[in-house]
Amino acid sequence: MSNRLINWFKFASPATFYPLAGKMIPWFVALSVLFGIAGLYLGMFVAPTDFQQGEGYRIIFIHVPASWMSMFIYLVMAFWAALGLAFNTRLSGMMATALAPTGALMAFLSLWTGALWGKPMWGTWWVWDARLTSELILLFLYIGFIALQSAIDDPRRADKAGAVLALVGVVNIPIIYFSVKWWNTLHQGASVSLTKSPSMAVTMLWAMLLVALCFWMYTIAVALARARNIMLERERHTEWVRALLAQPKP
Amino acid sequence: MLSLFFAIVGRDLKLALRRQADLVSALFFFIIVVSLFPLGVGPEMDMLRKMAPGILWVAALLATMLTLPRLFGDDYRDGTLEQLVLAPQPLPVTVLGKMAAHWLTSGLPLTLLAPVLGLQFDLSAEGLMVLTLALLVGTPSLSAIGAIGAALTLGLRGGGVLVSLLVLPLYIPVLIFGAGAVDAAVSGLGFEAHLSLLGALLAGSLFFAPWATAAALKISLE
Repeated sequence: MSNRLINWFKFASPATFYPLAGKMIPWFVALSVLFGIAGLYLGMFVAPTDFQQGEGYRIIFIHVPASWMSMFIYLVMAFWAALGLAFNTRLSGMMATALAPTGALMAFLSLWTGALWGKPMWGTWWVWDARLTSELILLFLYIGFIALQSAIDDPRRADKAGAVLALVGVVNIPIIYFSVKWWNTLHQGASVSLTKSPSMAVTMLWAMLLVALCFWMYTIAVALARARNIMLERERHTEWVRALLAQPKP
Repeated sequence: MLSLFFAIVGRDLKLALRRQADLVSALFFFIIVVSLFPLGVGPEMDMLRKMAPGILWVAALLATMLTLPRLFGDDYRDGTLEQLVLAPQPLPVTVLGKMAAHWLTSGLPLTLLAPVLGLQFDLSAEGLMVLTLALLVGTPSLSAIGAIGAALTLGLRGGGVLVSLLVLPLYIPVLIFGAGAVDAAVSGLGFEAHLSLLGALLAGSLFFAPWATAAALKISLE
């Protein structure tokens, strides 16, 4: 073990991960701001105006990355949950707990920007389209996860119960998605199609990717910060937290 | 293993039959919710006929959900559940037995009652038949998926509201295909695909849910 370059297991302990996370957060914040400025500049000023939708389409640069993140964060959460159940590591559960609010935020942001975009383009805030509906259900799943964890007082039980729920949810997400999709086609739902013009300008794609990277970095930074708080709260009886808190603030 | 399964089913049925008020109140909840809809949306038969599958299915979902807390709740309070978990017999089989008993006391009565309520909505004969079939195939999945939620929220404050928050999103596929089958039958389209999908959901949930529930029970009883 000792001849490895980095011993990953070392950072599975809150006592060693806490300072590491503290060192990492400023970097991710800086990267997030950098990517955000670049992506929004490219999206708002460089990308060409859409000949059908005018300037209003530019909300896509928030909407699409937020939707991507909302789905991806659930997967990451389920990954940490599975890791926590399999190896019984404390940190995994903390990471899953720390990610959930950001995932819910992204799902909400995606629905909100979608509504703002839908009003001028389709003339309605909401349609029962397959994607909108499944995004809404994803938000419900996040809220269920957060509600379950906050209802359980014992943090270890909260972690494990949340992990089982996250795994059940991740198995169900494809089923829910396809059932909603088929439901929508069977009902001959709204005639509005969400499919965008096939040839997207390269600058638009870049802007979207940059904003997505910005959201990634933001998510990592926020999740780490939240995980640090959870660590302090749960480990408050341990030596290292006492030592940390006893230190005079610089 | 089979004897364990039947022993659990028999025991839970016997307990449920001694508390008939619980069974009947869930059924009356179902009837009342279904009867509220015409009062809310108006008595036009054309509209009611169109809404009937959805109303009946949503009411069935809610009624099933209301009965979930008693799936493990009583056994948890008097310590039986702990003994069942400690027993050398495999826990998923025990859980499967409890799910079966739960379905026999909640899903099956709903299924038998639904055609009568469907008559109030002027569903056609074929529609009633498909409604019953769909409920027969769909409600066991509701018991199975619901058991996961019931096990996770065992002994928590606000467990009843919490279980709905966890379980209702997971019920959505069953709702879609269940109501879709009746819809398709009423509008003269083929309903077999919907029933097949409900069957697939049932197979999947019967296979996976006992394991997930067993894991959740162990966590809740730690």
